[in-house]
Amino acid sequence: MSEALRLEFNVAGNNFISAGSASDEVKKTLKMLGIGAQFIRKVAIAMYEGEINMVIHAGGGRAIVDIFPEKIKIVLQDEGPGIPDIELAMKEGYSTATDNIRDLGFGAGMGLPNMKKYTDEFLIESEVGVGTTVTMVVNFI
Amino acid sequence: MGKNIHTVTLDSENCRGCIACMKRCPTEAIRVRNGKAKVLYDRCIGCGECVRICPHQAKLPAYDPFNVIFDYKYKIAVPAPSLFGQFNNLEDVDLVLNGLLEIGFDDVYEVALGAELISAKTRELMALGALKKPIISSACPAVVELIHMRYKGLADHVVDLVAPVEVALRLARERAIKAGIPAEDIGVFFISPCPAKVYALKNSMTTDGPIADGVLAISEVYFKLLPVLPKIKEVKKISQTGMLGIRWAASGGECLGIDNDKYLAADGMENVINVLQEMENGSLSYIDFVELTACTSGCVGGVLNVENPFAARARLRSFRHKLEPMRNALKCDDYEEKFFHWDHAPEVKDIDKLGEDFASALKKMREIEELYSTLPHIDCGQCGAPSCRAFAEDVVNGDTKLEMCTRIQAMDELFASLPQTNCGKCGQRTCRQFARNVVFGDTVAEKCPYSKKNQK
Repeated sequence: MSEALRLEFNVAGNNFISAGSASDEVKKTLKMLGIGAQFIRKVAIAMYEGEINMVIHAGGGRAIVDIFPEKIKIVLQDEGPGIPDIELAMKEGYSTATDNIRDLGFGAGMGLPNMKKYTDEFLIESEVGVGTTVTMVVNFI
Repeated sequence: MGKNIHTVTLDSENCRGCIACMKRCPTEAIRVRNGKAKVLYDRCIGCGECVRICPHQAKLPAYDPFNVIFDYKYKIAVPAPSLFGQFNNLEDVDLVLNGLLEIGFDDVYEVALGAELISAKTRELMALGALKKPIISSACPAVVELIHMRYKGLADHVVDLVAPVEVALRLARERAIKAGIPAEDIGVFFISPCPAKVYALKNSMTTDGPIADGVLAISEVYFKLLPVLPKIKEVKKISQTGMLGIRWAASGGECLGIDNDKYLAADGMENVINVLQEMENGSLSYIDFVELTACTSGCVGGVLNVENPFAARARLRSFRHKLEPMRNALKCDDYEEKFFHWDHAPEVKDIDKLGEDFASALKKMREIEELYSTLPHIDCGQCGAPSCRAFAEDVVNGDTKLEMCTRIQAMDELFASLPQTNCGKCGQRTCRQFARNVVFGDTVAEKCPYSKKNQK
């Protein structure tokens, strides 16, 4: 039995009712594993943002989460439109969300910057027309 | 903190072992064992949901009988503002306060007065920028317990101010002592809308002794007051509070006292849990102050009240034009800073953690997952656990046996009647798989030509 746990989720696109259920599940799992509250908080914020991003921009995607005793690795993959200018997308306040989505309280342009802020490693790879993959690591020490 | 007094106890004679309370408990703190409900007190936050839902009145909320007041020579009533919401056509809160003097009390000190002082202190701390936003109110003891038990990452958002009732109880005693009443003669009694506050106060001590000498139920005091109120001829002016203190009784009332529009008020356990989940995800960062109350409509929804919470809330609202908004009869500066603060955070067990270290927790989690995957996932509660997942956890922890699952039992029985040759004529790979699919309704027992049951 290995000392790691893998969780995989399909995140449904444009479904605001189930949005956040993957991050809730990860949060619950980390609590059961006895991970410190301060780390769970960082994971919750980063993963929730990422999950919501996939729901809003990419028509859903997949989340693959590996939990180790000392860290968590979260990979969010989508086959959405891709991000033409990652540097611009990483700027606080920049958002391509429609008014419709802003009315729901999302799309403030803090998603990607927050994900970077709350994680110890953050990598975003994107190709227009192919999709986006975000890899995040939060250390538990 | 000696937690020897619990919020709810079971009347085992009345308990029929139905699953109503178990299904409703927000922290899955109830199991049915040997035909009776059993509260796992480690997990209980004292919200009172089980008392509210029990159809057989088998869940008894904790409070002291009214007659305890007669053990003291000088009896002070400290009524929660919810009390005022219980009476129809009440024109003046002073009528109720006068009524308390009629039924045996020597003095009255309003909790609402403490509430105004706590509101003032909250405003002061917020203006100083001393609190972590979003600030979570500490007024509802069930919510505070829940946060320390399951949402530890938010614990530093809970403002460490004592509840208004604690302020009121201490000041009530202080006033009597200043008036020259011997300390041993004084009995201070909170008139409470809910058992969670009873529990919080019973387990809360000052260096000189208990904060309250007794905690009474609004429902009991209400029936003492009913006959005396119409007979009161002359209503003495007693009340010192304005609407803001009294509005604390209903959800959102505390928020109105903070002088800031960026607030959120949620009431009812399910809504409270949703808000806490969102706060964990960082999605409520634009909110400054969060008021969470376990009961629907706030404290007027507590199980020790008489009146429907919505009606009680409407009645409180009807006072609004008759009372001043706030009187602030007390000034924060008159008290030392430590008077307002907890001396320590609640000590609560971490109920989610499965093991002492990562490896043992992970091992247990895998065992639970594996077992869970074989269960029917219908959360029927027949096994005595609130959900199949909780049942899997209980089995792995050795608290119950797998045979308690009625579906597993039926499967075993059917399997025993099968030839166990895995011949495949039923269309299933194994007899075990066939038994499982029959019990779960995916195939029918008649498909097995050799079953002893079919040959009868």
